[in-house]
Amino acid sequence: MAANEERLRGLLVRGLGGDAVAYHAFLKDLGAHLRAFLRRRLGHLPDEVEDLVQESLLAVHNQRHTYNASQPLTAWVHAIAKYKLVDLMRRRQSRELLTEPLDDENDVFSSADADAAEARRDIGKLLLQLPDRQRVPIVCMKLEGRSAAETARITGMSVSAVKVGVHRGLKALAAKIRGDA
Amino acid sequence: MKTDELVTMLATGGAMIEPRGATRRFAATIGLGAAGATLLMATMLGVRHDLGATMSQPMFWVKLAYVAFLAFASLWAASRVSRPGSRLAGVVPALAAPVLAMWMLSGIVLVTANPVERGELLFGQTWTSCPLLIATLSIPVFVAVIWGMKGLAPTRLRLSGAAAGFAAGAIAALVYSFHCTEMGAPFLGTWYLLGVLIPTVVGTLLGPRLLRW
Repeated sequence: MAANEERLRGLLVRGLGGDAVAYHAFLKDLGAHLRAFLRRRLGHLPDEVEDLVQESLLAVHNQRHTYNASQPLTAWVHAIAKYKLVDLMRRRQSRELLTEPLDDENDVFSSADADAAEARRDIGKLLLQLPDRQRVPIVCMKLEGRSAAETARITGMSVSAVKVGVHRGLKALAAKIRGDA
Repeated sequence: MKTDELVTMLATGGAMIEPRGATRRFAATIGLGAAGATLLMATMLGVRHDLGATMSQPMFWVKLAYVAFLAFASLWAASRVSRPGSRLAGVVPALAAPVLAMWMLSGIVLVTANPVERGELLFGQTWTSCPLLIATLSIPVFVAVIWGMKGLAPTRLRLSGAAAGFAAGAIAALVYSFHCTEMGAPFLGTWYLLGVLIPTVVGTLLGPRLLRW
C-alpha cells in the first residue's frame, strides 16, 4: 500500500469531489489491497475473506465522510478493515457458542465447495430485503445508473428523498450484513 | 453479487460529499446537547445571582478558562477518536493540561492559606452536590455526543465511549460554572473533576454497546 498510498489517496480525493471514474478506480484498487490485507489475517478462515472484502468496501463507502484528506489513507482504511475483522470474529464467536454441532458440519460442507474468490453472502439478495423507499432508489441510481432527478420522476419521490433513500439504504445494507453473517 | 459488481454499484452516480459536512453536523449535534444542558441548568438550578459582580474577580475567569479548556480539549478528543485511524498523540496532554494547572494552583493556594481555611477551600459549601449536578447536566450532552459519534465511525468503542462521557461532563461543568458560586482552586480541581469523571465511567461501560456500527 505504501507505494500506492499517494495514487489511491489522489483517486479518493477526486472521487469525493465528484469524479465517479476516479472513485471507481479507487474502490477497485482498494478491493485488491483489502483482499491481500485480510487474507493475511484470515489464514485460518479463507472462506470469509471475500465476504469481509465486500463488507469493508461498503464500510469505506458509507464512512467516506470521516476521511480527512490530511491523514494517511492507509491508516484510515486499515482501521476500518480491522474494525470489521474484529466484528466478524465477535460474531463468529457468539454464533459458535450458541449453535449446535450440526451447524459445524454445515460449515465444513460450505467451505469445501465454495470457491475462495466468490463471496458466500450475496449482497444483491440482501439488497432486495430493504424497504421500497431505500431499495428502489438504490436500484435506479446505483444499479441502473439513473440520475437522482430521473429516479425522482420515475418513483414520484422527491430528489432529496431519493438521495436519503440511497444513503440510508446502503447503511441498512451494512447493518443487514452484520445481523446476517 | 461479485466484488466487481459491488464496486461498480457503489461508484455509480459518484460519491461526492460536502467538504467539512461531517464536522459541521458533529458540531451542530453537540451544540444541541449543550443547549439542553443550559436549559436544564437555568430551569433546575438558576444562574448565580451575583454573576455580574463576580466577573470582576480574576478567579471567575480562571474557573471559566479551566472548564472551557477542558470542554474544547475533550470535544477535540471525541471527534478525533471517532474517525478511523486518527492519531491520538496530543490528546492526553491536552486533557491533562487544565487539570494539572488547576492542581498546581491548588497546591499554591493550600500552602499559602491559613491552616483553618484549608478545609473550606477544598470542600466549599457544595462538595456533596457538585459532582452529581454536573453528572446530571451531562445527560443531554452525552446523548448528543453519542449521536454525533454515530454519524462518524469510531473503531475503538470503549475509548470512544470514555471520550464521549468526558466531553459530556466537561461541557456540563462549563454550563454548571454559571450556577455554582464556589471559587476555590482545590474545590474545582477535585469536585468538578469528579463530576466529569462520572459520565466518563458511564461512557466507558456503555461505549461498546451504543457505538457499534
